[in-house]
Amino acid sequence: MYSYLLPEFLVERRGDRCIKCRVCERQCPNGVHRYDVELDMMFSQERECVGCQRCAVFCPTGALCVQPHPASYRPNASWTREKMQDLKKQAETGGVILTGSGNDKPYRIYWDHLVLNASQVTNPSIDPLREPMELRTFLGRKPDNLQVEIKGDRVDITSELHPNVLVETPILFSAMSYGAISYQAFLSLAMAAKKYGTLFNTGEGGLPREMRKEFGANAVVQCASGRFGVDPEYLNCAAVIEIKIGQGAKPGIGGHLPGEKVSANIALTRMIPEGTDALSPAPQHDIYSIEDLSMLIYALKEATNYEKPVSVKIAAVHNVAAIASGMVRAGADIIAIDGLRGGTGAAPKIIRDNVGIPIELALAAVDQRLREEGIRHKCSIIAAGGIRCSADVVKAIALGADAVYIGSAALVAMGCTLCQKCYTGKCAWGICTQDPYLSRRLNPEIASERLYNLLKGWSNEIKEMLGGMGINAIESLRGNRDHLRGVGLEEWELNVLGVKGAGE
Amino acid sequence: MRMLVAGKRTSERYLPEKDMQACGLFGVMNVAGERFGGEMAISAMVNMKCRGNGLGGGFAVYGLYPEYKDYYALHIMFERSCPQAKEQVDEFLTAHFHVVYDEEIPTDMRANVVNPPLVWRYFVAPRHQEEEGLAADEFVVEKVMFINTQVEGAYVFSSGKNMGVFKGVGFPEEIAEFFMLDRLYKGYIWTAHSRFPTNTPGWWGGAHPFSILDWTVVHNGEISSYGTNRRYLEMFGYYCTLYTDTEVMAYAVDLLMRRQGLPIEVVAKIFAPPMWDLIAHMDEDRRRLYSTLRMVYAPLLINGPFTVIVAHHNEMFGLTDRIRLRPITAAAAGDYVFLSSEEGAIRAVAPPLDLVWTPPGGEPVVARLHSRDHLASLARAV
Repeated sequence: MYSYLLPEFLVERRGDRCIKCRVCERQCPNGVHRYDVELDMMFSQERECVGCQRCAVFCPTGALCVQPHPASYRPNASWTREKMQDLKKQAETGGVILTGSGNDKPYRIYWDHLVLNASQVTNPSIDPLREPMELRTFLGRKPDNLQVEIKGDRVDITSELHPNVLVETPILFSAMSYGAISYQAFLSLAMAAKKYGTLFNTGEGGLPREMRKEFGANAVVQCASGRFGVDPEYLNCAAVIEIKIGQGAKPGIGGHLPGEKVSANIALTRMIPEGTDALSPAPQHDIYSIEDLSMLIYALKEATNYEKPVSVKIAAVHNVAAIASGMVRAGADIIAIDGLRGGTGAAPKIIRDNVGIPIELALAAVDQRLREEGIRHKCSIIAAGGIRCSADVVKAIALGADAVYIGSAALVAMGCTLCQKCYTGKCAWGICTQDPYLSRRLNPEIASERLYNLLKGWSNEIKEMLGGMGINAIESLRGNRDHLRGVGLEEWELNVLGVKGAGE
Repeated sequence: MRMLVAGKRTSERYLPEKDMQACGLFGVMNVAGERFGGEMAISAMVNMKCRGNGLGGGFAVYGLYPEYKDYYALHIMFERSCPQAKEQVDEFLTAHFHVVYDEEIPTDMRANVVNPPLVWRYFVAPRHQEEEGLAADEFVVEKVMFINTQVEGAYVFSSGKNMGVFKGVGFPEEIAEFFMLDRLYKGYIWTAHSRFPTNTPGWWGGAHPFSILDWTVVHNGEISSYGTNRRYLEMFGYYCTLYTDTEVMAYAVDLLMRRQGLPIEVVAKIFAPPMWDLIAHMDEDRRRLYSTLRMVYAPLLINGPFTVIVAHHNEMFGLTDRIRLRPITAAAAGDYVFLSSEEGAIRAVAPPLDLVWTPPGGEPVVARLHSRDHLASLARAV
């Protein structure tokens, strides 16, 4: 069937600059660039271009310019170009349209409607270059109080404490499994997390054995609906165990790693035969209710001698606050909430773009509900899905998060350009692919340094913002909505966020 | 126990703006328990006049009513605009307490104060307390909170035994003159407060000291962690009604010291914990203790500038924030221990001093009856 689709990108090659070195041809996994030896000319097959910009970045003479294709249908606010292209795609294939990365639709981004406070006159701002500024964060359940016994000068703690994990900055790497991303990308996240003193998340693809000893202490290991890679050593080597119920990009939807991506090492890690599809069911089939969740939480705690906090990750959905409350009562030590704009390696586009609620509103509602029920300290909250910069982190913490997960931001730091073609397995940047020719492009030494720099840069910026507010420890910002004001928000939105409007 | 009938809000957003202020503080205690008059505290506040702006002053006195020391002494103000308030309170008190004696607190109407309310004192013992299954203290707290939130025009200044709070709108010395503190009363602890609010509520109940039972707090500072602290305290049933930092401080002291029984030496490390860099260099036991305190009580770290003087029976202590953004000076002369925002105020009123020192941030100065505990902070002085 002849395709009626218009190309998405226009590839312009400036003849006066091109030296026909064929770098672009080698870099493009989609076969956009082709050199014709007989004609000694470069040709472009731009229908195949995904706009990842790999060729433009690597072109030594800057001869390439890749931009959204200007050719379009008659402008129509209702029938947009994207809607029409999707229709044609489906007419040609009869399939469910897949996509990668996070929701790109213009839902309101609340971070951009919240502004931060700073000290003037009545209390001093603090200069983080001259004074200590502390970002250290504990994740896990806290007791109602601490009982101590005082013998002379000695103070002994007599309360029994729940396991907590310490991170040096409230920024964690989100769940991205080995299989969804390349070994190199996975390793880079682990290396950066270890170096900075924070956590990475294995996703549901297991943790390769050779990484456990070195990186286990910085790993959040997931136990998801497919139970891939879960064994006692996997659970016990980790810092945190996370039960994955849902994902912001595809609430209510499972996962599917196609067999062609299941290489020998991935098969070994996931504990499935090589070349078979790895199917994660939509629900966990032993969790059909909150009491079932409780049983799995305690099964995992039993398996790890009650030494690890257990996290439960859910997608932000309509009644997220009530669900979160149930999770805490079921025994979750950490609850991770993934919002509407959370990323994915592959999801049906219709789900990604239409299901779930924004993380800002979900987070504010959950934090408030847990406080009303007097159980906020019994868990830590990790907010995820659409955290793009350090200000988003600060705003999330002020709304009530203990820490945030970053996925897309970390990938972008490694080279990702959010071309949304993760599901094709042809990532030109070597991140979201199992093709050794492509994944070799990502050098873990360099990629982990880029990630480390990201953590460092953001942490420094967070310190600046904290200092400005006259706060020198991140815990004094947590849930401190006095330091937020809304701009351009409706009454109901301010109410849900629990934030005054600017000037109020 | 819920301190307040929680008025559940539809959103955090509707909370009133926090009250911002700077202040002058003074505290003096005779650790031998000898009672003395208010002259030192009053003159010290005069000496620090520039730290207030006449929009609030107050005093807390301990050892005030030895003849009624077994009864809760309630100081209650009634706004003149609500003539029915006193009747309601009288009825409420009679229903829940044995009122052994009550009278109007004598005042000197010639004092230069604005819009003074009627202030009355009651000496009471709980009635039917067992039926409600509450300890006496909890019973009193609950009833006080009821009056404060449910009776329009009435507000309880203080509710402890053998102590009382006198406060109002004016400079501290004017309040002292109004209540004739220098002429009528003696105590072994006097704490005093002068306000410099950035807004003008002009309500007598809003002046400090802030008090629950026999705990009083005078405070100077603007807490940048107010939202975090307030919301944590709400989970334990403390709902702020005045929206001042002092109120948060008072509730935190009540939660940690009275309800959870932690000593001030530990509580100081919760309010003003040492930096992680410092904790890293401690021996293992202390490292574990300080890390655990920071982990469990992170929401009660009081961030930003503050100095606080807290008193209850037999004890007075002062504390300043972890990076010492607000001043405090301690001094001792014989059996007297002084705490003040300014050294000059102590020198102006005290007998020749044996010791004067500046406690570092996060190091409490604790003066206890019949002990020399206050000298413990001397070793760590700046």
